[in-house]
Amino acid sequence: MADMAKVLVVTSGKGGVGKTTSTAALGAALAQAGQKVAVVDFDVGLRNLDLVLGAERRVVFDLINVVQGVAKLSQALIRDKRLENLWLLPASQTRDKDALTEHGVASVIKEMRSKFDWVICDSPAGIERGATLAMRFADAAVIVTNPEVSSVRDSDRIIGLLDSKTEKAEKGQRIEKHILITRYDAQRAARGEMLNIGDVLDILSTPLLGIIPESEEVLRASNVGSPVTLSSALSAAARAYVDASRRLRGDQIPMTVPTDRKRFFDRLFGRRAA
Amino acid sequence: MSVLSLFRRRRSAPVARERLQILLSHERAARGQRDLLAILREEILAAIAKHVTVENENVHVRMDRGDTVSTLEIDVEIPHSAGMLLAAGS
Repeated sequence: MADMAKVLVVTSGKGGVGKTTSTAALGAALAQAGQKVAVVDFDVGLRNLDLVLGAERRVVFDLINVVQGVAKLSQALIRDKRLENLWLLPASQTRDKDALTEHGVASVIKEMRSKFDWVICDSPAGIERGATLAMRFADAAVIVTNPEVSSVRDSDRIIGLLDSKTEKAEKGQRIEKHILITRYDAQRAARGEMLNIGDVLDILSTPLLGIIPESEEVLRASNVGSPVTLSSALSAAARAYVDASRRLRGDQIPMTVPTDRKRFFDRLFGRRAA
Repeated sequence: MSVLSLFRRRRSAPVARERLQILLSHERAARGQRDLLAILREEILAAIAKHVTVENENVHVRMDRGDTVSTLEIDVEIPHSAGMLLAAGS
């Protein structure tokens, strides 16, 4: 299994575009497909992945404890109560973010590679140390982008960092990069009020992993502390995340923008899954 | 301004696209990973500057990548006085 492990960073540069939500949803979708997944929160001081996954009251040890050798990895990992294949390594909420060292992160990631199929690193916003450490040992990157000028600009900056500051890039290898468009509103795009996806991909010259439509189900999922692929599995956003997770595994799936036309059925059946 | 234009708000996505293309070609050039658009822009500006004085911000280079054909659009604003000289010289 050690050879199969893939380290994925979910990053964006800009804050508030949906990194943490996407980490939770992609991690859950992969786990639901039988993959063994760990999601790692790199946002030291502003952790939120625990909250989005509904594990906020179960945090005992965190990433920095493991990096500093205070706790073992197995003590810090929190197993999801709904998905037995999904684990969370939370960030520290209180400690100084300088406590994360490159050497320490390298050894934690190395250990996780031997235990999981997927290690998904949720990057903090910005381009500082936390963000560069989150991407440092990644094999692949998901760049979460909103179809909006400031988000696209920041994604471009992050792509530059992925191509120069990661271990793979320094070894002269290519890091696999994917754009995940979130908060997409097809109607506004059709009216020419929102950058269309072709333009975004053209500008960033990076292939598309998926299109997540703007959806109230995403907010609802965060509210109840459950990944959207679990809390409303039939919603457009959940289906889009499942498709994206399958593309990550190499499946060829036609690119569509799922819609919530079946909202009535979502209400009937989807919500029971929560 | 016609009455119609009051109702017809200009679609903003193409504006966003164009602004981003220009901005990012500058930023990429500044980062050292030069892209084609930035190189073209600089060389076109240099070629024009040999004959006419043009301001840096008055040269717009835009590329549309299509499936089979790509187009390069060059838009140079030439000041009125320089335009007169061009006409006289030819």
